[in-house]
Amino acid sequence: MLDVAIIGGGPAGIAAALTLKARGVRRVAILEREAVLGGVPRHCGHPPFGLREFGRILTGPAYARRLAALAEEAGVEILPRYSVTALQPGGVVQAATPNGAATIRARRVLLATGAREAPRAARFVGGDRPLGVLNTGALQAYVHLHGLAPFRRPVVVGTELVGLSALATCRSHGIRPVAVVEAGARPVARWPLGLFPKLLGIPTYFNDGIEEIRGHGRVEAVRLRGGRELTCDGVLLTGRFLPEASLARLSHLALDPGSLGPVIDQYGRCSDGAYFAAGNLLRPIETAGWSFREGAAIGGYIADDLAGGLPAMEESINIVAGEGVKFVVPQRLARVTPLRGRLQLRVEAAISGRLRVSSEEAVLYKRRISTRPERRILIELDEMRPPREARQLVVEIVP
Amino acid sequence: MTLGGMFDVAIVGGGVVGCAVTRRFVLEGAKVVLLEKGADILSGASKGNSAILHTGFDAPPDSLELACMQAGYAEYMEIRERLRLPVLETGAIVAAWTEEELAKLPGIVAQAHGNGAADVRLLTRAEVLAREPELSGRVLGGALVPREHVIDPWSAPLAYVLQALANGGEVRRHTEVLGGRFADGAWRLETSGGPVEAAYVINCAGLYGDVVDERLTGATAFSIKPRKGQFVVFDKAAAKLLRTILLPVPTERTKGIVVTPTAFGNLLVGPTAEEQESRERAAVDEPTLRMLADKAAELVPALAGMPVTAVYAGIRPATERKEYRVRVEAERHYIVLGGIRSTGLTAALGLAQQAWRLYARPHAAPAAPLWPQAPRLAEHGPRDWQSPGYGEIVCHCEMVTKREIEAALDGPLPAQDYGGLKRRTRAGMGRCQGFYCNARLAEITLGRFADPLAVGAEHA
Repeated sequence: MLDVAIIGGGPAGIAAALTLKARGVRRVAILEREAVLGGVPRHCGHPPFGLREFGRILTGPAYARRLAALAEEAGVEILPRYSVTALQPGGVVQAATPNGAATIRARRVLLATGAREAPRAARFVGGDRPLGVLNTGALQAYVHLHGLAPFRRPVVVGTELVGLSALATCRSHGIRPVAVVEAGARPVARWPLGLFPKLLGIPTYFNDGIEEIRGHGRVEAVRLRGGRELTCDGVLLTGRFLPEASLARLSHLALDPGSLGPVIDQYGRCSDGAYFAAGNLLRPIETAGWSFREGAAIGGYIADDLAGGLPAMEESINIVAGEGVKFVVPQRLARVTPLRGRLQLRVEAAISGRLRVSSEEAVLYKRRISTRPERRILIELDEMRPPREARQLVVEIVP
Repeated sequence: MTLGGMFDVAIVGGGVVGCAVTRRFVLEGAKVVLLEKGADILSGASKGNSAILHTGFDAPPDSLELACMQAGYAEYMEIRERLRLPVLETGAIVAAWTEEELAKLPGIVAQAHGNGAADVRLLTRAEVLAREPELSGRVLGGALVPREHVIDPWSAPLAYVLQALANGGEVRRHTEVLGGRFADGAWRLETSGGPVEAAYVINCAGLYGDVVDERLTGATAFSIKPRKGQFVVFDKAAAKLLRTILLPVPTERTKGIVVTPTAFGNLLVGPTAEEQESRERAAVDEPTLRMLADKAAELVPALAGMPVTAVYAGIRPATERKEYRVRVEAERHYIVLGGIRSTGLTAALGLAQQAWRLYARPHAAPAAPLWPQAPRLAEHGPRDWQSPGYGEIVCHCEMVTKREIEAALDGPLPAQDYGGLKRRTRAGMGRCQGFYCNARLAEITLGRFADPLAVGAEHA
């Protein structure tokens, strides 16, 4: 029996493992479906990674290698090529391994399976279905892990940070994007990063999207909603991250339809107290550094819990995403005074107004806010004193 | 001289019908060549359908279509274990959502009984909801079709062709029939891969059935009216919401939009029925895909917000008439199996029997034919990853192993394009649609495909 089984060896999972080992938890294992630890940074061949963790700027692969080495040094049991196939109540995990099926039992299980970009199908992009339509994650794996190029002249969709990083990946590997297409009126990434395509001389079309992909065999062209036709040999769909929550969705654990990740409390505890979750599985998405710190914090809570130190789950307060708010994480608060930690939220569309947290009776928190989608918004919980009888808190943005 | 000498039968078109006919004729002892113009079998109409094994309960009474469906259904059930082909025993409910539809149900049951589906019966609203509690409460009643089931629409025809290959049949891909001449009791076909000689020709060319008819006989008795159907595939988490195939009360033109479990553990909604000129372009479009997803959520409310795994479109080779267009020209040694629409997956084995009867020439059948086994892709059966020694999981969403991919790239009918690899293994067909595995697949398939995944090396 393991003390803690961690599913996913990216920044969040490794950070949790390191904390658990540092806290003296004896048997901590990371189940990683790939051959090596590191997660998504393994194929982000660009800086900046690791500034807070290691005090210097690293590329993704170098950062991933460092994390993996730390886990090994700390005595974490590393189980590569373990593909978890099912989560069962009470901390029983089924996995496929090259040597046969395995049942893993652990006192606590941490889910840290990360996030991925929405593929073409989930975006309902119309047209033919030729080769050459990819997400950034796949592009990075092509060039950084396998030395291959999936296309030479793609149209890039999206201007989240990942989309701009994709442009850099393209440019440094002999791929010349034809254009950038963005659904919104402005770049999603913050100034000045949004200027990046312009600096590279790549035409950018705002308020536009792909109406139709054309191609027999391989992508030959796209037609934009605005009517423009672009000749290209690929389409790179960037951003629109989704938590990789498939295991949780197929299990007994409660899922939040807003964040699309598991429902957790302020300790990262899922609806089954044997399970915790951390990192980009919780919400799309944060940086590797954020995931690392979140993993470390939740690893600490798991250590507390193993020592019998976490408040009971039963008497918890539900957090509800109200008007203007796409999701709030955590979705539940164990009732404890004083509250600690914070609420993370995102909005659906650009919005200005008053961000407010209220219980059935009282407004507990408010501040003015002007924000856009994919921006990090935080509310510190220690600023709030929910009334004793509060059952639910609504987080909303009102005019 | 032609490559391969004289065949008894040349079969034109490697769709599900051509594959089944090839198998039947090989098992009857004929020397057979299957000619497919695409890079792989199933590259036309057979690549996208709703994967249902139909009982024929709603087929036109006394039709050839019904007879072939019944024979095809029976033979599938008889051979499926030896070929290791799955059946997901779902049954189907023809659900009524309006009083008008409700009034049609007794007629549907009567027709089913007339068609030999004696177990079809009416369900009350309460019975429908007891069987499928996630169904919208707006349902008014239904007709249960207990033996309507779900199969793997790609492994089945692949298994037919693999059995033909194992027993001496031949398959030529990238081989388009351009013309042909019948003289002195034999055909000489001109193909993109050179001339082929065969005593007999069977046209199973699906979407090009009329074109091949014309090329071979100089005329055609029917014309293909391509009818596109779009589909949306929901995440595997949706599978628990519906165990039974949900059929609408049909209209004159189409079976209508179906919500059905798949053999791979997903839930599928579709198809649309869109007339179009092109026999090639199976394009999807956003408004239609949204309509399908919304329609599914209207019938099964818990599907609202369910992640979508895949979308696709297929083209059915409809003709100006509803019935199958089967014709034999005995003196010209020619059979055409045309206009085989959505029921073709079920009817294929029955059509193959029918073609054999029409052919009516004797051969010495092999005494103990070999029975190769299909890949194990069904979600409800054992999968390759459950057996040790698989090397690595390449596609994590569908749990596809390196061992399976290597088998699909080697085997007697190796995958020669990405579509063929997907159909043989399911790699890249899961919820991430290749986010994780596409690059690895590009590396593994390097040098294997005419249309490669990677366009070349990156230039760092």
